Amino acid sequence: MNDIVLIVALTLVAVGGTAVVMTNAPERQAVTLGLYGVLLTVLFFALQAPDVALSQLAVGTAFVPLMVMLAIRKIRGGRQ
Amino acid sequence: MSRSVRYTLFFVGGGLVAVLFVWGVVGMPSFGSNFHPYRDLAIGATIAHGTANAISSVNFDQRAIDTLGEETIFFASVLGAAELLRPSKEERERRGDHTGVRHVMASTRFAGYVLLPVTLLVGLDVVAHGHITPGGGFQGGVVLATAVHLLYVAGSYDALERVRPVHLYEYGEVAGALAFVGLGFAGIAIAGSYLSNIIPYKGFGHLISAGNVEVLNFAVGIEVASGVIVMLSHFLTQAIALHGGPHE
Repeated sequence: MNDIVLIVALTLVAVGGTAVVMTNAPERQAVTLGLYGVLLTVLFFALQAPDVALSQLAVGTAFVPLMVMLAIRKIRGGRQ
Repeated sequence: MSRSVRYTLFFVGGGLVAVLFVWGVVGMPSFGSNFHPYRDLAIGATIAHGTANAISSVNFDQRAIDTLGEETIFFASVLGAAELLRPSKEERERRGDHTGVRHVMASTRFAGYVLLPVTLLVGLDVVAHGHITPGGGFQGGVVLATAVHLLYVAGSYDALERVRPVHLYEYGEVAGALAFVGLGFAGIAIAGSYLSNIIPYKGFGHLISAGNVEVLNFAVGIEVASGVIVMLSHFLTQAIALHGGPHE
């Protein structure tokens, strides 16, 4: 049972990582990166590391995508 | 550097790292086995020190000096980002309403305002109980900083500006870092070595049980919450409130 949970979580992380790489536009990549962060959180939790899962959830799904979006917005500079 | 030299450098370096990695992994105990000498030592010390969350005991008690290093990295990166993102000569601040045509859906606004106090409370809880349940200063600090930014998601940039005097958070970040370093020196003065525990361990069953761990968690929580708010404020200023820079 434990192995099945781990295999599913690892597979989801591999699929999610590939999806982030395959996403073309950086502003869409910020969204897939956030979803990938949630999948990593599930993996860390399945590996019995709730402390790390909490860090990943806080940083990977809120802080980093927001920073990426703001940086893209600055670089585009209202030309959208 | 030509293309072929770059490739050669990469394959030599990458190959060496691969060899070292395989060499290191081959000698490890197999995954999920019962042989964990480090765990036995760490858990033993954790129980002796009355810290229910073993991770916090390792991070803030047994290996607190490592955490000090990590906090210093965080401190330096906030400083570097703030330095890089400071307004350049050509950039001027836009006056008045920064939100422009931004329209916030009623449901987003409602969810934001409902979740703001909840997120603040969860952040405080995660910081305060880092020695008992999963979490601690770093995680709780990021949650607290995220809570403040719900104001931007649900309301407007101007609303966020009004409740968030950035210079106070700059002091907050420094105060958190100094508290960590200062407690370390207090350890030298009282117990003879840097960051050794100076607040009595109370044992399980007490809310304040784990000696230095709680105080260090609060120091880190203040530092990280302030640091994230300062860093995001510079990003927000660059993205929203400034115009006339080199990219426009």
